[in-house]
Parts: sequence; structure tokens; C-alpha cells
Amino acid sequence: MSESLVTVLYLLSGALFILSLGGLSTQETASRGNRLGVIGMMIAMLTTALGAQVSGSGYLVLAVCVGVGASIGALLAARVEMTAMPELVAILHSFVGLAAVLVGLATYLGPEHFSGVEATIHEIEIFLGVFVGMVTFTGSVVAFLKLRGTLDGKPLTLPARHWLNLALLVVCVVLGTRFVGVPDQGGLQPLLIMTAIAGVFGVHMVMAIGGADMPVVVSMLNSYSGWAASAAGFMLNNDLLILTGALVGSSGAILSYIMCSAMNRSFISVIAGGFGSTGVAPSASAPTGEVQSVDVAETTQLLRDAKHVIIVPGYGMAVAQAQYPLYEICKTLESHGAKVRFAIHPVAGRLPGHMNVLLAEAKVPYDRVFEMEEINEDFPETDVVLVIGANDIVNPGALDDPSSPIFGMPVLEVWKAATSIVLKRGMASGYAGVDNPLFYKENNRMLFGDARKNVEAILTGLRQSYGAQAAE
Amino acid sequence: MKVAIPREIHPGERRVAATPDTVKRLIKLGFEVSIGAGAGTGSSMPDAEYAAAGARVVNDVATLWKEADIVLKVRPPELDSALGRQEADLLRPEATLVSFIWPASNDALVKQLAARGVTVLAMDQVPRVTRAQKMDALSSMANIAGYRAIIEAASFFGRFFTGQMTAAGKVPPAKVLVIGAGVAGLSAIGTARSLGAIVRAFDTRPAVKEQVESMGAEFLTVSLEEDGTGQGGYAKTMSPAFIAAEMALFGEQARVVDIIVTTALIPGKPAPRLLDASIVHAMKPGSVIVDLAAEAGGNCEFTKPGQVVVERGVTVIGYIDLPSRLAPTASQMYGTNLCHLLSDMGGAKSWRVDLEDEVVRGALVLLKGELMWPPPRKEAPAPVAAAPAAKPAPAAKEAQPHRSSALLRGLAVAFGAALLLALGQAAPAAFLAHFTVFVLACFIGWQVVWNVTPALHTPLMSVTNAISGIILIGGMLQVSGPPESLVTILAAIAVLLAMINVAGGFLVTQRMLAMFRR
Repeated sequence: MSESLVTVLYLLSGALFILSLGGLSTQETASRGNRLGVIGMMIAMLTTALGAQVSGSGYLVLAVCVGVGASIGALLAARVEMTAMPELVAILHSFVGLAAVLVGLATYLGPEHFSGVEATIHEIEIFLGVFVGMVTFTGSVVAFLKLRGTLDGKPLTLPARHWLNLALLVVCVVLGTRFVGVPDQGGLQPLLIMTAIAGVFGVHMVMAIGGADMPVVVSMLNSYSGWAASAAGFMLNNDLLILTGALVGSSGAILSYIMCSAMNRSFISVIAGGFGSTGVAPSASAPTGEVQSVDVAETTQLLRDAKHVIIVPGYGMAVAQAQYPLYEICKTLESHGAKVRFAIHPVAGRLPGHMNVLLAEAKVPYDRVFEMEEINEDFPETDVVLVIGANDIVNPGALDDPSSPIFGMPVLEVWKAATSIVLKRGMASGYAGVDNPLFYKENNRMLFGDARKNVEAILTGLRQSYGAQAAE
Repeated sequence: MKVAIPREIHPGERRVAATPDTVKRLIKLGFEVSIGAGAGTGSSMPDAEYAAAGARVVNDVATLWKEADIVLKVRPPELDSALGRQEADLLRPEATLVSFIWPASNDALVKQLAARGVTVLAMDQVPRVTRAQKMDALSSMANIAGYRAIIEAASFFGRFFTGQMTAAGKVPPAKVLVIGAGVAGLSAIGTARSLGAIVRAFDTRPAVKEQVESMGAEFLTVSLEEDGTGQGGYAKTMSPAFIAAEMALFGEQARVVDIIVTTALIPGKPAPRLLDASIVHAMKPGSVIVDLAAEAGGNCEFTKPGQVVVERGVTVIGYIDLPSRLAPTASQMYGTNLCHLLSDMGGAKSWRVDLEDEVVRGALVLLKGELMWPPPRKEAPAPVAAAPAAKPAPAAKEAQPHRSSALLRGLAVAFGAALLLALGQAAPAAFLAHFTVFVLACFIGWQVVWNVTPALHTPLMSVTNAISGIILIGGMLQVSGPPESLVTILAAIAVLLAMINVAGGFLVTQRMLAMFRR
């Protein structure tokens, strides 16, 4: 295959990747987008395989690696629980990171040689590529372990951790000067030492970030994995890698940005870590009023009498697997004339858009699921709001209490509804460790206990009461 | 302890201080309950039902009063003409009376009760604090009055409330104006709305705007800004300029609305005169005014307390017994308020008049004959109005970081430009070609990804996961060396890992997307 043909096919493949991401702009085109991505990937792989640089024994190695890799990937994709999506995404990032490190090392050890400025640039590319890849790798592994719960979700705050990070970076830069310009692969030692330090850096960076910030971390690592691929493209002079890496990198960056603004935090402060452990001074204005609890029967009655219901799910709903009976409630109410919708806060769940996937898994039609911006002004016309397994995202203190640690974060204004009912295990505070004045509001009721059991009991109650009505 | 509920003797009063339902609750609290024969008749609750609930039905009024430790009533005690004795004198010394008392205007009655050496709790004096809401009988009654006001208006009003398009022609909806959006006003708004009327409301307290709008009414305002929030959630008297603007607004509204419900009360003062002759005369014939402030002198010039008068075709309803006109519900709600109070005071087992209890202290008029009313004024909680005053300060603070961020942005742009120029000077052409691709791809990515709907962010992540597996190309380019060389092994592992990504990412995305359905 001629070099020009390869270039053109790579261009086609890159265009398909762009269309693939573009397809995700609506649910209707999303599946097609994904298929375009698959086609793009196949074209890229076939082009490379048929190109000049693969030959002889390479095909055998490729066949084995691609076969094994694809099987493992397929198995993972088929097995993963939707609640475990964040873990899967995190571990997949680590693979990209590790692959970038390996490609970088292989390139350095490979036969190609440059001279002069080109050599310097090439070496810098390798050095950066390996660094980013390694940070992505170890950072993603730690994120994976934290999301799985193998590691404690609490942020690890070493003394002087910012200085430690800075010191690690400085050492990397120094090693870089030792690496660049050394002929005949003599720079291997500094490169490997840097790789190890980058690994420590990645671990330390993610360890310092608390559980609530995991969505940001995962999207940030998503971004890094893209930059790592891009760096690999630079070192291999491959435009397709550069383009695709840049697409992924900016996608991850945007997601991180969206998550940060949804929490009213700056990106730097999230990355610097430590949130949720320090500085949660007791709020100056402790909530006043009484917490009023209700039982399942009263909740059922309230729902029965409601014309307009909004359900606000949080990660707790997914943990309790309450989305299935919840949607049954939704259907039961709707078949008796009520309007039921779901409201999703951008940081609900552990991954951007995670709640949407979990609701979709429970077969909730996506046109009943609304983003915060779409639905927030409808709360005053709502009769009953059910808050399930969510806390900080419905905290009125974020809007009216400047002393609250989450002040300024946009929240779902559930207290504007006639009645809000919070399903909760107990009075514990959310990730941010902030007391929630919502619980003390006059029009708020608490339904304590296991979310799934309560939701199922409400469903039974509703069916009985409608059944009784039908019998009359 | 014995609780007695006598029959209300005030002419026309149909309410009663306990229903069979609340009798059960009282018994649960440990009280022995006696009820005067026929006490529930006005509320459609026969003696037999009370007996079934566990109350002793007592025929002799004097015995009923004499035996009781606690007497629950609706109206303040008055002269029982059938018996020829004042009810207050029937109380045993040391006994407790819980009832509406209105101590400010019933001085003689309070003295008479004090002479008997009894303890008196006035339900009308229960302070309006959060904890006392369940015992707030005034709110219960106001809620009923507001509902009933609309029902009364509807019965005098000659048209539908809701607009209708029928084969017999179009019927316009009624327009209702509610003045004063307290408990009664809000209840009236809700009732009128649910009958289908177009409802507007006016209140001097801006804070209630949200409540009014949440009930589905339009909140009217005058152009003058003045906060009419007084103590305890009530309104205060407004400035003359405000009143003039208010009058102009009412005059304007009177021409278009069909029904006006007024609920304006200022504690301790006669009701403000809101609807003078000129406003009433501006209304269309057939219009209805319901004056819920009739007992306090009325908000309307033509109001006659307890009566319905017609002034130039406009019906002015001045009923003062609206809760009593909905006796079963009123009795049930009032009875429940009483149960809550008695339960808060310890029930039968640990009954105690706790002077430290804010609610009990507020309601207490007499303690064993000693005058306790009015209660010492507690320091008012910091008014909410202080909050807006504090706001401008943070705004001023915000200005500064803004300036420094503009500076930062400028520096960043300058730095970026300098970097680009340096790159152009030093870098070889081949690198710059790649760099061009990189920068443009970042921009494309930025544009494309912002268009992704937030609901699909998780699939977006898994799809980018898959396509970042493109790094396997990097591995593929290096696997063709000698199979045992380090380069080949590293590259092969890279291909394997990246392939997991490619397959896993695309497949899991497909799986997720298949779940999204309309």
C-alpha cells in the first residue's frame, strides 16, 4: 500500500471518529455514531496492518494480540454491571496509559534515528509521552481501586503534599535534561527512573482526591489517556494518533470542566485534592426546625394525591438497585394520570451521565429524564418530589448559606415543590460532609430506611390503593 | 384526669371541641373523657358515636363542668341562659380551661375566671412558631374560613367560576381578587383556582409573593416599594403614600374582577378600611365581596358583621361564623389542635403547666387564678430583613478577582503567542505539520463534544475509551522486528492492552446505547 493511500485512509478513519463523537449529540444518532467509530477503527487497523511497516512474523504476533485483547474486551463489556461502569472506564484508561508507556519505550529502543533538532524534538516527545502515559496508568489504577472500594475513598493528605508533587515534577524535568541529547539509547536509565517517578506522581495525585470528586478524576484521566495517545502520535509521526488523541483529550477536558462547574469548584482545587476532609467548619447558621419523618403509608398517600411528581435520584439509588421498582411506581402513577419525571444533577452518580445510563437500564424512557437546567424551574409547580439516595445535590445551603462549603454549587431546588420526601438510611451527611438544611424544611419529610425496601413498599401500597379504588 | 367537652351554647355555633376521632386520641393520652349530650349534633356527630369512641355522655351540664379537671371548648365561656348561670362559674376551682379566649377584648371574662382560681389556656394566643404549628388553631380556622369564603361567594355569584365553551355559547371564567395572602387568603386562592377562576392576590408583604404564585395566582404589586412585614408573620400599618397607591390599584381591579375576598387584619387594631364606597361602586352589578375581617370592623365600608347586604347590586358578605359553617371539618381540626397541645403538656400521666415552654407560656392566660397574660416579650429573633443588607459586601469583593483573572488571561494569551513564535523559529517543518493537526483536532474535539447531550456523557466516555485505543496503531508499527527483541515484546503488549480498550469500549457503548429508549 502506498504511503499516500495510507495517509488518505487514516484521514478517512479520523473523519469517522469525529462523526462518531458527533453522533452522540442525540440519543437517536448515538448508535450510528458508535458504529461509525467501529468502522473508523477497523479502517485504521487494516491500513496499518497492510502498510509497509508490518511484515512477516509481525502478522502472527498481531493476530494473537488482537485476538486475545478483543476477547478480553468483549468479555469485560458483556459482564460489567452498569453501576460498575466507572470502574470499567477507569481501568480502560489505565490500559491506554500503559500502552502509551510501552509504545514510548519501544520507540526509544527502536531502530529509527534522527539527528539535530529533530532528534531533540523526538526525544522530548518520547519523554513527555511516557510521562503522561505513566501518570494515566497509575492514576487510573488508583481511581479504579478507589471506585471499587478496595482503597478507602477518603482523600490521602500527606503533609506538604503540594511541595511533594512539585519536587517530583522538578526531578522529572532534571531527568529530562539528562535524557535528551544522549546518543545511542544511553538515556534509557533516566527515562526509566522518570517512568517510576511519574508512576508515584500518578498514584499520589489520585490518592489525594476524595470520593465525591471521582467523576472529575475519571474524566480527567480520560483526557490524559487522549494526550498520551497524541504524544505517541508525535513520536511515531502518525497524524491519525495525534488527531484521535486530541479528540479524546479535549472530550475528557470538557467533561472535567462540566463536572467542576456543576460543583462550583475550580479544576485546580479538585486536582489539588483534599476536599471533604478539611475545612468543613461547622456551618455558622445551623439548620433550625424539626426533622419530620413519614412512613410508607403516608408517602403512598402523598404520591397518590399528586398530579405532578419529580424523582431526584442519586448514586444511593443505584447502590440500592431501587431504579427498577422506582420505574414501576412511575408507570403506576402515570397510568392514573399523574405526570412523573426524573431530574438529574450533573454530578449525580460516579461518572458524567452515569444516572442516565442506570435509569436507561431500568428501561426508563429517556424523554422522562431531564437535566437540571431543563427542570429546575418546574419545581414550584410540582406536588411531590422524591429524593432517593441524593444529598448534596439538593442542599439549599448551596444557594443561600455563604458559610456552607458547597456554597455556589448549582443544586436542584426541590424545596420549592409543595412537598419533598427524602428517602435516606439515616441522618448522615453526604460526601461533602455538609449538613443539609433541606431536611429541616417545613415542607420536607424524611422516609428513613433501606431505599429499595421502601420503594417496593410504596409500590405495593400504591397498587393496593388503586386496586381498592378500582374495586369500588 | 377527667376531660370534659361541653356543648357550645353560643347561638349559631355548630363546632365542638372534640370529635369521636379526637376523643379516641385523648383516651390514648390517658384521659377520661366526658361529653355533653348533643355536643356534636351541630357537627353531625351523634352522641352514640362519642360513646362508641369511649366517651361518657353526660346529660347534666352542671355535673359535666364540675367533675372535669380540664374543660375543652371552642367559644369563650358565656352566660348559659337555659341554666341561668355564667359558664365560667361552673368550673371547679383548680380546673383548667382550654378554649378561644381573646383576652385583649374580654377583660371582664378574664377577671371572672381569675376569681374562680382556675387555669386558662387561650388557643388564640398560641405563639406562631414552627413547633406550635400543629396546635395553631387560628391557622386551622383561617384555612377553613378562606375555603368557605369562596364557597359563599360562589353561592351568591350568578356565573360559573370556570370558563366554558359549550354548544350554548362561551362562558367567561370568573376573576377573583384576594387581598391579604395569609393562611385564609392562600386557602381562598387555592379554592378559587380549583374551581377554575382566574385569581389575583395582593399583600403588603413581598415575602408571600412566592407562596401566592405557587398557588397559581398572579401577585399584584404597587410601584412603591415598602415592606409591610410586621411581627409574628402579620402585616403592619403602611405609610400614607403606600395606602394611596394601594387604593388606586384596588380601584383599577374593582372594575374588572367579579369577586373580592378581603382578609386584611393587623393585630390589636381595627381592620384597615380597604374598600371604600368609590371602589365598591366601581364594581359590576352581580359582583360579590366577602369580608373575612368583618368581626374586626371589616375591610369594606358596607360590611355588616354577620350579615349579607347588597349595595348597588354588589353583594357584601360579612359572615363571622365561616368556620362554624363547615362544622365537621372545623371541629375535627380544632379537636386535633387541642390533642396536640394536651399531648405536648404531658398527657394525663405527666400533666404539667410548664412556664419554660414557649408555647404553653404564650397561651397561658391564668395560672390558678393569677393573671399571666400577656407573656413577657421575648427578644424577637433576628429579622429576615437583615439578610439582603449583608449581600452587597460579597458583590464588592467579587470585583477584584475578576480584574486579576482578566490580567491572568492576558498573560496566558501573551505566553501562548510567544511560545508559538518560538516554535515557529526552532521547530522543523515536519513537526509543525503534526502540530497543526494536533491544534486543529483539539478545536474540533472541543466543538463536537460540547454538542453531546449530557445524558450521553457516560457512553461518550466509553466511546472515547475505545477510540483512544487507537494507540494500538503505535504498537502495530513496531511488532515486525525479530520476535524475541524487547521492542517487539513491548509493542505486542501495547497492542494487546489497546485492543482490550477498543473492543471493550465499543461493545459496552453499544450495550449502553441499546438501553436508551423513548
